[in-house]
Order: sequence, then C-alpha cells, then structure tokens
Amino acid sequence: MPIQYYIYLCLTLFSIGIIGVLTRRNAIIVFMCVELMLNAVNLLLVAFSKMHHATAVVGDAATNAGIEGQLFVFFIMVVAAAEVSVGLAIIVMMYRNTHSVDINFLNRLKN
Amino acid sequence: MNAIIVSALSGVLMMFSGIIVKNRSYHTVIAACALLLLLLANLLNSYGIWVIRIDTHNMFNFEQFGMYFNTIAIATTLIYVLLSGKAVEKISSYSADYYALIFFVLCGVSILSAFNSLLILFLGIEILTIPLYILTGADKRNLKSNEASLKYFLMGCFSTGIMLMGVTLIYGGTGSFILGESRVPESALVPKTSFLEIAGMILLFVSMCFKVSAAPFHFWTPDVYDGAPGVFTSFMATIVKAAGFIAFVRLFDQHTELLGPSWKILLSFVIIATLLVGNITAVFQQSVKRMLAYSSIAQAGFMLFSLYGANDFAREGILLYSVAYSLATIGIFAVLIKMKDYTFEGFNGLAKTQPELALSTAICLFSLAGIPLTAGFFAKYYMLASAVKAGGSLWLVVIAVLFAAVSAYYYFRVIQAMYFKEGEPETEEITGPFKLGMLVVAALVILIGIFPSLVLNGFYF
Repeated sequence: MPIQYYIYLCLTLFSIGIIGVLTRRNAIIVFMCVELMLNAVNLLLVAFSKMHHATAVVGDAATNAGIEGQLFVFFIMVVAAAEVSVGLAIIVMMYRNTHSVDINFLNRLKN
Repeated sequence: MNAIIVSALSGVLMMFSGIIVKNRSYHTVIAACALLLLLLANLLNSYGIWVIRIDTHNMFNFEQFGMYFNTIAIATTLIYVLLSGKAVEKISSYSADYYALIFFVLCGVSILSAFNSLLILFLGIEILTIPLYILTGADKRNLKSNEASLKYFLMGCFSTGIMLMGVTLIYGGTGSFILGESRVPESALVPKTSFLEIAGMILLFVSMCFKVSAAPFHFWTPDVYDGAPGVFTSFMATIVKAAGFIAFVRLFDQHTELLGPSWKILLSFVIIATLLVGNITAVFQQSVKRMLAYSSIAQAGFMLFSLYGANDFAREGILLYSVAYSLATIGIFAVLIKMKDYTFEGFNGLAKTQPELALSTAICLFSLAGIPLTAGFFAKYYMLASAVKAGGSLWLVVIAVLFAAVSAYYYFRVIQAMYFKEGEPETEEITGPFKLGMLVVAALVILIGIFPSLVLNGFYF
C-alpha cells in the first residue's frame, strides 16, 4: 500500500482528535481525544518506520534502518500511560470538589 | 550528564525523606543541601569531571551552553527554595513530595539543555511538565487550583500531541530523529527537503510556542498562573519557562533556512502578537498575581528575540535574560506570597511598614521593566542587539522598545501603591532572614545590572 494512504488516515484521526479537544466539554472525552491524537501519531510512526526500512533494504539486505521509529512508539506509550495516571487523578480531584467533569463548570463558578 | 543523574536521584531521596523525616522544616534543609550537591555536580561536569560516562549514540550533546544554563537554573532554584521554602511547607504536609517533584522538573531541565535527538526532546518536555501538573493542583481543596491544573493538563497533552505529530513528520521526511541529520539519500526522485519535514517543523514550532506561552497560543497561561499556588507559579514562570526557551533556541538554531524567508515573517508575527497581548492585557489587571502572569507572556516576547537573532549575541542574551528575569520574578513572588491581599490595593503603604521588602521589590520591578543599572536592562539590550545584528529588522526592535515603555506603566503601579499610597498592608509574619534574603536578591539584580560580564564570563570559563 502506498505511504500516502497511511498519511491520510493518520491525519484524519489526528484532526478528529484536535476537533474533539477544541469542541467537547466533558473532561474525560477531551482526554480520550488527546489519546486519539497520540495513537494517530503512533500509527504514522510505524508506517514511516516500515517505509524507511523498505527503501534501505534495497541497497543493504542486513540493514536495521527504520527501527528507531518503532522504538519511539514504545516511549510514547509509556509517557502516555504516565500522563493518564496524573490526568485521571486530577479529574477525580476535581470531581470530588464539584461533582462534575465539565471543563466550563469552574469558569461558571467564578463569575 | 551529572545534572540529569544527580537530580533524579535527589528526587528519589526527597520522596524517602518524606517518609522518614516528619518535621517539615527539615525537608527544606534537605532540599537545599541536595540542590547544593546538584550544583557542585554540574559545575564539575562543566570542568570535565563526569560521574559516569555513557555512550548516548549522539542522542545527547553536552555542550558548554547547556551546562552553563543548568548551573543558572540550579542556582536560581536554590535561591527560590531558600526564599520561599516556608511557603512550600505551608501548603500541606506533603512538602517533601513537592520538593521531589521540583527535582524531577530540574531533571527535565537538564535533559532539555542537552538534547540532540527529537526523542530526547519529547522525553525532556514530558519529564518537565508532568510534575508541574501535580504542583499546579497542589492546593487540593481550592477550586481555582483544580481548574488551573485541569486546564494545564489538557493544554499540555494537546500540545504534546501536536509536537509528536511534528516529530513524526520530520522523521518521515528525513528518516532520523537526530537534529540536522538525514538518512534518506538524495536522488532525482527525492528532493533535498521534503514537504513532510517543513510541515513537521511548523507543527514543532506551534507546540513549542504553546509550551513557552507565546501568543496566539498563550490563552492557558493567565488562568494556570493565577490558579496555581503562588510558590509554584513562581517556579513555573521562571525556571521552567527559561528551560523551554533554551530548548526552543537549541531546536531552531540551525536549520531554519529550510523554511526560507517565511520563517522570519512567522517569527516576527509571533513576537509582535506576544508583546501586544502580554503588555496590553497586563495594563487592565487588578490582581498583582494575574498582572505577573501577563507580564510573563510579555517577557516571553522579548525572549523570542533570541530565536530571531540566532547568533552568539542571542545565545549570551538568553542566558543573561534567564538570570535577570528569574531572579526578579522569584523576588517579587516571594513578597507576593506573604501578602494577604493579592490586588494592587493590598500593597498600599508597604514602604511604611516593611521598608526593606518594599525597596527590594521595587528593585526587582525596575529590573523587569528594564531600567538601566538593573539586570533587566542588559538582558533586554542583548536581545534587541542580537536582532539588530541579524539585520533588516530595525522596525521590530522599535516596536519592542515601545512595548517595554508600556510595561513600565503596570510595573510602576505596584511601586506607586507601595510608596505613594496610604494603607495598612496585611502580611504574614516576616522574619529577619527573609528580609535579608530579599535584600540579597535585590543586590544581585543590581550587581548583574552593573557588571553583566559576571554572568557572561562564566559562560566561557
């Protein structure tokens, strides 16, 4: 499959994520949209990794070019897990105080 | 390398000391000792003595510039802990954990000052920001603190997503994460720079603007800085922001020619927008804390000149600016935390009741406004001079100077409240050592203002 298809797919997923972050008001859903953005990136990294490997393997059959793209994916997964643990704790802390996970709720309280 | 290892270990040490030592004032003492050790380790590193040497496969580049910035960041953190340690202890009984998080932030700072691979940049940014989400929400019962931490977290994740997309596109174009390296062989089919790489660089630029709160990506800053507990705002607005700029400068130092003339146009748009938003909105604020949040956006506008200049002058300038800005802001915040009322009226008549504090705050405010004989003057001078040296941008420098004049208005409002208005400011108990510390900070600001070479010479020796 040409690489363009992967790029279009990942950019679509990424844009859905961005639109979700900017328009939704439920903190959990915003959070899910951020995860969608990160996973779109993961998919694209793997696709590029295969692409670089495929172009390098023509000249040198024993090459391991393109492996760092897949390594990066693991780093993103680990960091995303760390972020989730902190983020859910923050959302729970807010829920305890306001009984709501609406991001605009606190803005309304201030006025 | 020393700074990364020692700061991570000190963070773990602080977590354990929270279990073993119950007396909170000892936590501050332990943190200060660990910071001294960290400072020593980093200084040894810059003289060529390493704790351990690891082959990092070109992922790190430990150059003098980064190590000298580490020294500055650690030294200002030490001053911050000595001045505001009491306030950290007051937030809750978990003060040792807050110090642990501060050490982890410092670990992120030292990674960002040495990265040579986009993977390390990503890890550094995350190690820097994740502890900050927690520190922002440290005041658990306070709704404003909750809101700030949630907003910071969501915006931080969002900008991380954009940064990762940028990194991925650059990888797609070049086949490597190492800065300025390309694995893809040039040929008739493959052009020298692919479209992917340019799109990736623009996304990286946007996400770094988010992190250093440059307009038009600044909107989270005032709420977060206002809502977070004052002690941690002071840390976030100074050392963390300066580290973000060091990463920014290191990232966009070399290969901006890929973007061609549009790079300068893009950057000057961001600079003008940042200066405009920061300065004009700060004028209308009623709370000193919120005013300082907008002023930090305005100062970011000046720091962006180091990217615009991108020469040796700019590199020296950004170091001097981090020292001048961090010292002055830490000083002002240390006084602000002691006040009961954060509005301008809260400062009325401070010069009568606490003359030493009023004097040192006034000197710090002069430095932020860039009055000669204070550190802020030379910092701003170096920034603008680097843009002039780069050539063809005199109009931008003129605009920046005009905005610096606007900024004097809102800084002087605080001085006016302290010296020329009657009132009984309510403060928490102010001890002798605290006054002494503030006077030392003010003396440092003036000393660096008269002899900026004190800071700059350290860069070369």
